[in-house]
Formats: sequence, structure tokens, C-alpha cells
Amino acid sequence: MAGESNHHNGDKTLSVRIYEQVNESVFRCYQCGKCSAGCPLSEDMDYPPSQLMRMLQLETPEVEANILRSYTIWLCLTCETCIARCPQEVDIPKIMDFLRSESLRRKKVHPSAKDIISFHKSFLDSIKYTGRLHEVGLIAGYKFRTYHLLKDLPVAPKLFLRGKLKLFPHFIKGKSVISRIFTKTFREYKGKEAEK
Amino acid sequence: MMRLGYFPGCSLLGTAREYDESLRAISHKTGIELFEIPDWNCCGASAAHCINHDLSLALPARILALAEKEKLEEILVPCAACFNRLDVVRHELISDEKLRQRISGIIEMDFQGNIKVINIIEALSRIPSDGLKEQILKPFQYTVACYYGCLLVRPPKIVNFDRAEDPQIMDDVMKKIGADTIDWAYKVECCGAGFSVSRTDIVAKLSGKIIKDAVQRGAEAIIVACPMCHSNLDMRRSEIERLEGRKYSIPVLYITQAIGLALGISNKKLGLHRHIVPVKLPLKVKTVVEKEFVPTAKAEEE
Ligand code: SF4
Ligand code: SF4
Repeated sequence: MAGESNHHNGDKTLSVRIYEQVNESVFRCYQCGKCSAGCPLSEDMDYPPSQLMRMLQLETPEVEANILRSYTIWLCLTCETCIARCPQEVDIPKIMDFLRSESLRRKKVHPSAKDIISFHKSFLDSIKYTGRLHEVGLIAGYKFRTYHLLKDLPVAPKLFLRGKLKLFPHFIKGKSVISRIFTKTFREYKGKEAEK
Repeated sequence: MMRLGYFPGCSLLGTAREYDESLRAISHKTGIELFEIPDWNCCGASAAHCINHDLSLALPARILALAEKEKLEEILVPCAACFNRLDVVRHELISDEKLRQRISGIIEMDFQGNIKVINIIEALSRIPSDGLKEQILKPFQYTVACYYGCLLVRPPKIVNFDRAEDPQIMDDVMKKIGADTIDWAYKVECCGAGFSVSRTDIVAKLSGKIIKDAVQRGAEAIIVACPMCHSNLDMRRSEIERLEGRKYSIPVLYITQAIGLALGISNKKLGLHRHIVPVKLPLKVKTVVEKEFVPTAKAEEE
């Protein structure tokens, strides 16, 4: 099983933490390559999914740094093709989720992933105070974060004419519960970081 | 009457409002009674699970708990992405008692786990075909590509609803209303999902392959059951055409819209005017399918 001593600073290896936190063993992977063959984004990734699994098995600090800094983890769309086809039922999408939060938490994010992360953050901002996603607010927030001001401009009036853009957000009654859910889950999230 | 809890999800109030409109329009005739979950919230979609695992469990858990409070047994979730989140979370929480309690604490409600989450195809497949037959005024006699996408059928262990590689249930429903369905390679391939805004180039590439295969195999319409699939194949059509260097006129319909047309409901009520790609279906008495290949100037960029 995964060694804990490879890391000079006494940190547990990623594979151990994946096992503890999401209950998945990367050592089940026997490198058949089916996941990479079916993954719609293999060719755009820096490491296709099977290679990422192999890297997790190696457990050296250098390789782990490359995993957390990879573009792969942000490109993965959670389409679930890999797990549907994996003979060992390795839940790669779940592992990807773990690696994404870890990479964010340790501030090791691949520079090209900036836009993707800005989109996720703008999405969460939009629901944090209202309870529901407000698409116009999401796009505005995203553009504000990324300065992609002109992209998508041509499609907006078309959507508006078709009655698809709601200009004002809807506030649910339980919006304060939603804000508390955010506060609590992000407190846990930071707490886990402090533990490490 | 089939009484179902109803969770529309955020996009059905905005860019996918025709999905909600068409579902409501057909519900009466198809014997579905929808009871909207009061004060529902966003499920957090991929943003939550990419960034914070607990949040990605808590948001759907509140929705499920609200439905349980209404004593509902089943909740219909038309958006395939929301369906997937809700069902995966339900599964995760009922298989881990400690987690269930912790998340119940976070959402300030007790989630018990006795509710069932169903997607639109499952609900529609329950409509008895003889009941439907009497209602059909204009059989939907077109050749269609049923596009399931990722999240209706995966992960198979959890959603456990149809074959993960070559699902059939949507095809069966479409056949009941008169359609011919094609056998094709992209039924469950990914359209690019949530990258519509942040990586439109990837969406154009993946969705382009889907449209191309459907058209080459003679489909006259693509049938979907997911707002993300719809917006990537419809709203992103001009990006797809630029990348592929040709025009595609094939319309993309929600399955509820196709059923609505067969039931004789007006285009307007079904929200067909809200699509970016005009819904022009060829006039029928069945003719030989003409394939559409209208080459345009090859795209210069890249
Ligand atoms: S499909 Fe499964 S066993 Fe095969 S390489 Fe991928 S993760 Fe490993
Ligand atoms: S879930 Fe991610 S890694 Fe797996 S096939 Fe889809 S995009 Fe690739």
C-alpha cells in the first residue's frame, strides 16, 4: 500500500489522502488504457487519465507536484465515460474532484486553467446570495473576472430576443440558509487545509 | 395520473425555458401531474463539485430534503446534469450514515434518503403506449438521432437506468410517437457540457462531431433531454459551423417538444421559436432523406 514516508515534510501522499477522503484506491488501476481511449479530452490534456493514475501510484513529491499543476484535472468534464468503461471501476471523476480542490487549496493551479476556474467561481457567487443561478449575473461576473468582455457578445441579443435572458435574479425564501451552507462548507474546507 | 415532485433547475427558468414550457404543455395529456418543490435552490452543478465537495453534497441534499418534506416519493428532474447530481448525492448520502448526518446538519434539515430521483426519459417511458396512441394527432414521422449525452446513463452503477453504451429508452419513446431513430456513434459522447462559456473551442469541437455524425447518417432532427446538450448543439451552432467549415441546418429538439408536436400542441406553446437554429422539419409524406452537405468557404482561422 501507499507509503507515507516518501514526503520529506511528513505529508501523506495524494494516493493515501484519496483513499481516506473519497474512498478510492488508485492502486486498483492496472494501466489498461481504456479510460484514455474513451476520454473525449485526452488529446487536449497534458496527461491522459490513465497516465495520471500511474503518476498517482508513483507517490513521489515531484510527480505529485506535476499532478496538482496539471491542466488535465481542470479539463476533465466529469463526463464519466472513463468510469463507465474501466474494468477496475476506478472512479476517476471523483479523484479528479479531489485533485481540483487540492490544487486550488495549495495554490498550484495550471496557468491556463484560470478561465475555467473563474467560470466555476462566478457560478458559485451567483447562487451564494440568491439561492438560484442567475445566468446573466454569471456571465457578467465571469467577464468581470476574466476581462473577456467581447466574447459572446453576438449571441446575447439573439437570446434576449428569444426571451431567454432574465435580467433580474430570483431570490428564494431560504436564501439565508444557502448563504449559511456556503459559510459552513467553506469553513470545513479551510479547516481541512489547516489540519494538513 | 402519475404524480411527481418537480425540480426544474435554474436553466429551465432561463436559457432552457422552452424545456419547462414544453414539459408543462404535454404533462396533462401524458398523464403526468407535476408538483414543483417549493423554494428549491440551485444544485451547484459542476462548479460546486469541482471546487468544494461538501458544498456539492449539501446543495442537492437540501432539494431532496424539501421534496421529502412534501411527502413526495419521486422527484422528476428534466435537466440531465441536475438529475445526475441529485441521484449521485442521494446515493452517496444513503450509503454513508455519518456523512448523511453531517450534511443534514449543514442544510438544517433532515435528509432521510427515501426519495427516488427520476429523469425525463424514465418518466416518459412509463406512459402506456396505447394511452399515448389515442392522443397522437400528428405522428412525428421524422428520422431522428436520439442524443443521450453523458449524464443520463452514467455512472451506470448509480443511475442504473439504461445500457450505458447503447441506451435505447429514448429511442423507444420516439418510436412510440412515430419517429424512425438512427443507429449512430455519438449517442453517449460528451458535448463539452459546462465549457460553453469558458472553453467554447472545446464545445465546438466535441459538439461538431456529434452534429456531423447525426447528419451523415441521415437524421432530420437531433432529440435531446438536457439543457446543456441543447445549448451546445443549438446556441453554439455558429461556432461549430466556423470550425467545421460548413453549414448545418439540422434542428435540435427537446424530447418534450417532439412529443408536444405529435400531440398537436402549437409551436409557440412548445417554445420552438426560442431556438437559435430554426425548427424547420421537412414536409412529410415520407420522402427519401436528403443529406445536407452545404459546403461553405473553409474557415480561415486556424
Ligand atoms: S480504465 Fe481503469 S484500469 Fe484501465 S487504465 Fe484507466 S483507470 Fe486504469
Ligand atoms: S470524466 Fe474526465 S477523465 Fe473521465 S472520460 Fe470524462 S473528461 Fe475524461
